[in-house]
Amino acid sequence: MNRILSTAGTEFRISLRNRWVAIAMGLMAVFSLVLSLAGSAPTGGLGVDRLSVTVASLTSLSVYLIPLLALLMSFDAIAGEAERGTLPLLLAYPIAREEVLLGKLMAHLGILAVAVLLGHGLAAGVAIWADQGSLAGLPALWRLSWSSVFLGATFLGAGYALSALSRRPSGAAGLAIGLWLGLVVLYDLALLSAIVADNGGWFTTEAFPVALLVNPADAFRLFNLTASGAAAAAAGVGGAADAIPLWQSLASVVLWPMAALALAAAAFRKVTP
Amino acid sequence: MTSTLTISKLTKRFGDVAALSGVSLSVAPGERVALLGHNGAGKSTLMKIILGLIPASSGEVTICDAAPGSAAARSAVAYLPENAAFHPALTGEEQIRHYLRLRGENPGQAAELLEKVGLSHAARRRIGTYSKGMRQRVGLAQALIGAPRLLVLDEPTSGLDPVSRREFYALLDELAARGASILLSSHALTEVEARTDRIVILSRGHLVAEGTLADLRRRADLPVTLHVTARNGYAPEIARSLPGAIVLEGALHLTCPQSEKLATLGVIAGLGDKVADLDVLPPSLEDLYSHFSQGGAR
Repeated sequence: MNRILSTAGTEFRISLRNRWVAIAMGLMAVFSLVLSLAGSAPTGGLGVDRLSVTVASLTSLSVYLIPLLALLMSFDAIAGEAERGTLPLLLAYPIAREEVLLGKLMAHLGILAVAVLLGHGLAAGVAIWADQGSLAGLPALWRLSWSSVFLGATFLGAGYALSALSRRPSGAAGLAIGLWLGLVVLYDLALLSAIVADNGGWFTTEAFPVALLVNPADAFRLFNLTASGAAAAAAGVGGAADAIPLWQSLASVVLWPMAALALAAAAFRKVTP
Repeated sequence: MTSTLTISKLTKRFGDVAALSGVSLSVAPGERVALLGHNGAGKSTLMKIILGLIPASSGEVTICDAAPGSAAARSAVAYLPENAAFHPALTGEEQIRHYLRLRGENPGQAAELLEKVGLSHAARRRIGTYSKGMRQRVGLAQALIGAPRLLVLDEPTSGLDPVSRREFYALLDELAARGASILLSSHALTEVEARTDRIVILSRGHLVAEGTLADLRRRADLPVTLHVTARNGYAPEIARSLPGAIVLEGALHLTCPQSEKLATLGVIAGLGDKVADLDVLPPSLEDLYSHFSQGGAR
């Protein structure tokens, strides 16, 4: 445990010096404030409190931002050690590879969690200050916060796995950006175009819900929109949320971090320094 | 006394290429062994197998009665990789504190360790600002953590200036005196000559020679080189009494086997005043090294 904590402390210090802590907190704070201030316009007609609307916007933002931050923090984790020549040294120390990963995860996830809580806290503060009724949106915001941390853990794990597979920081960075583009941007575009082409056939009714649950980013969005009943306030893929029961998207949100970390551990075990 | 490190008939293959074939070696407590070999001779591979970083294809390795890579072996072995560059964003002290905690030692020893390797003045500066020699000292400091039974050092003195090298070998002597075994690889043959107990030469994955420097000298039986400086004009005359000598600008160069060294010296002494000066050059470690490593390549 001491070894994991020491690794976490060292990684946290490195992230602090590399400005990752400042970047993550700054991005989350700025975007949350902007969305919270701009989200005031449509409230009147919908009869929903102000914070619930902000949560719907924050969900869409988090789907892009959290995976990106997680991948940027994690891609160097193993490839960087390999390039600096410290990987063989580290592995000769009395520390298990899983402990190395857990230590790094603890630091990176901690930074993400603090950034998420800071951003969401600011958003809640602004909403409640402007509209007392916003207190009703707090459970939804809390759900968004913890599921954001789970989403972050999934992509941190994926980043570690890519870092172990590529063994060079430049290669790992490329793979990380590729994964982000693929899962977060192109995946949804591909699904939408498939639905349009399918025109309500087998794909739309059978394959589409599965495809949403399999992708951790989509499952995250689905979970938050279904749970808060805010599907109506969101556009696009959110419309499909009604068809999929909440427990299924919850399962995907909870299981993905474990799967991604198991994947990272398996990839790291295969690395020969 | 049982040995700290025992290697028997170790073979490592990467596909069809044999990186190590049938290497056997043992290192006793307090012994300093130098591993020599050209690039690609298998030195680093041997070290990585000892550390448990890569598995052997066949053969056996034991470190203090434990298998390489086991928890017991890992805590008994310290390692200094070749060209380790630590994270530039950490200070030397933070890096050493981290390594101390990984070994379950008190992180408060960091200052003392950095003092030992002469880095106290830079302990609180980031490693990114260090020179290559200073980074190498960080590596040395981490290898001194705890009381390692075996130190595996891959080119430990590369990047160090002559004074630092001397300090480094003094540190090793101190560790060896306390019973630590040391296995180091180096290209700087002259320092290895003076500072190690035994020399092991690897060539293309084979262990081609092993022993003390005197042993190797005797076994190689390389010729001794004699440089004779003649007094003005006597060079041709001296050359007649020393068959095989080459005359170069008034000096004579000749080589003779160890066994004939004294007889040849007698002949030269008999020449009396005709000889101005005489130098006897025993075979250097470089000569021995190329003799054995080429022998293995054949």
